[in-house]
Amino acid sequence: MSRTTRLLLMWILVGGPILVFSLWALFDNTRLYVVTLLNGLTLASLYFIVASGFTLVFGLMRNVNLAHGSLYLLGGYVAFATAERTGSWLLALAAGFAAAALAGLLIQVLILRRMQGQELRQTLVTIGLSIVIADLLLWIFTAQVHQMEAPEWLQGPIRGLPLINAYGAFRLSLLGFGLVIGFGLWWLLNRTRVGAMIRAGVDDRGMLAAAGVNVNLVFAITFMLGAGLAGLGGVIGAVELSMVPGEDTRLLLASLIVVIVGGMGSVVGAALGAIILGLAETYGLTYAPTYSVVFTFVILILVLAFRPRGIMGRAA
Amino acid sequence: MNGRPAAGPIPRARGAATPASADAPPVAGERASAWPTLRLRHGVVLLAALLLPFVASPFITFQVAAQSLVLGLIALSLTFLGGYGGMVSLAQMTVAGIAGYAVAVLGTSSSAAISLGWPWWVAVPFALAIAVVAAALIGWLSVRTEGIYTIMITLAIGVAFYYLVLQNYTVFNGFQGLRELKPPTVFGVNWRAPVPFYFLCLACALAGYGLVKWVVRAPFGIALQGIRDNPRRMAALGYHVVAHRVAAYALAGLLAAVGGVLMAWYNGLMTPGSVGTGWLINILVIAVLGGMRHPIGAFVGAVLFVLLQTFAIDVIDRERFNLVIGGVFLLIVLCSPDGLLGLWAWLRARLGPRRAKTSPTTRRQA
Repeated sequence: MSRTTRLLLMWILVGGPILVFSLWALFDNTRLYVVTLLNGLTLASLYFIVASGFTLVFGLMRNVNLAHGSLYLLGGYVAFATAERTGSWLLALAAGFAAAALAGLLIQVLILRRMQGQELRQTLVTIGLSIVIADLLLWIFTAQVHQMEAPEWLQGPIRGLPLINAYGAFRLSLLGFGLVIGFGLWWLLNRTRVGAMIRAGVDDRGMLAAAGVNVNLVFAITFMLGAGLAGLGGVIGAVELSMVPGEDTRLLLASLIVVIVGGMGSVVGAALGAIILGLAETYGLTYAPTYSVVFTFVILILVLAFRPRGIMGRAA
Repeated sequence: MNGRPAAGPIPRARGAATPASADAPPVAGERASAWPTLRLRHGVVLLAALLLPFVASPFITFQVAAQSLVLGLIALSLTFLGGYGGMVSLAQMTVAGIAGYAVAVLGTSSSAAISLGWPWWVAVPFALAIAVVAAALIGWLSVRTEGIYTIMITLAIGVAFYYLVLQNYTVFNGFQGLRELKPPTVFGVNWRAPVPFYFLCLACALAGYGLVKWVVRAPFGIALQGIRDNPRRMAALGYHVVAHRVAAYALAGLLAAVGGVLMAWYNGLMTPGSVGTGWLINILVIAVLGGMRHPIGAFVGAVLFVLLQTFAIDVIDRERFNLVIGGVFLLIVLCSPDGLLGLWAWLRARLGPRRAKTSPTTRRQA
């Protein structure tokens, strides 16, 4: 009984102000509210794609890969270069994914494997790598803003939508991207043999190794997949946001907050965290520009105060 | 590979035992002497530090030595937290930045609309107090989860603070930041001049170093090291683990805040860039470069960092400084997890065989 009351109280405390704000904003300017909602959800898709890789790696290897933002940047730049050479968007997407995945694989096999179990040292190494990768990318691509074009069939706005009239086609397609990636991850984790191994590894690495599974291989695959997802996010970000030095930090911060809020190692948590962060950020920027980061802070503090392991987090 | 359930986030605890014991033998009776660890080399270093401004150029005194001391002080706060508390926080530069911004907002700066114009002897204590409270809050947030999570949460807090000062114009003046911050003229001395500023930094750094050395041998410091090594056992012994950790954050916050105020005066301005990710990570780089086993490591790392920053640009392109510092950092982390101090200890063990033979206690084995 007391637990349900507390839950109800929390819903009212958190949901109440949001409901009041939503009603006011809807009444005040319906179009702005709906557009912001869509912006928030599409941003959340991007955050989810990037953060799901981060959380996957963390969940399995207890490895905070602080070079995740750099892998995002790498994917975006490689995709940009590929698109410029070949003009094919799909090829660019594949190249961005592959480049980041390969970089991730190299990092895991050449460096991180040699210090397995030393979590802090691994994290320090990824920090060093992020400095080096960011500077190398700055060297090659300069500090210019690189923006990739959306594929032709996704260019321009979609017109004739109810309430909001028009909305960018590529931006809207991000929702689809997020759903596809989310579904793909769910399928991989819950319906395949590799997924079963990864899930088992998240729960108990020692037991998985004792059961005769090549844990190193599982680690390498997971790290590759996680890095690849960062690269994929980079390709999307290169179209939607643009690539400049500094974006790596932004996406790294987003990934960190998403997994802290959602619960580390949980893909569902990453989706939840991404939606919360994406919405908070866009609504903050629209309705209170100079204080928008404060909302992110408040969410972080509330979650850590009441659920230190995140919304979907479980005790280690 | 699984293991280590709650063994604290410093994985090399086996090699480093307790940082205090690596240098000074933790014999109880030795506390009777007032200066238990003062030896010849301390005197030499101190003498060199005191004489430096009289033999070196103002450029070296101000840009290299004073900056090293300031950065070393901020890194020292991380060494204390990480080495003795087992909590690697990336938000130490944020705490320093909060103190610096507080001095700018409460004291005087070029933005008269924002700065309150309080005299320095009110503004500085308030700034330190604000930063210590902020550090305690950051600590309270991050100790709710354990180990490797700390680094993520403190990084998130630090980067979020960066975006806050970048986007906020009403208090922090956004991208422009707050300019023309000057140390006050007290006792007729202009503290911005190279030599006085150097001695100000040296005094603060020595005080911070002495404070850390004293605290880690005081009951609080011993309990903190116990918590680092085995929080569950300490909790079972009746120690309040969270309170000790938050107190450690607050104390480290004080060190960082002093460094932050000096930093603001050194640069003469506070901009979002001074609390950006680059600097958050640079503080960690400095602490790790020097080695977190001993408080002096922070200053050793700071000297190396500043020397690289100042002179590497003569050898290579200025733009490529990050590549150099990142490479050096990677090399140190990969080869010598205990930083330069670890390298030094290793060299001494290698090159001084007689020493190893006469002392029965096993030195660190890698």
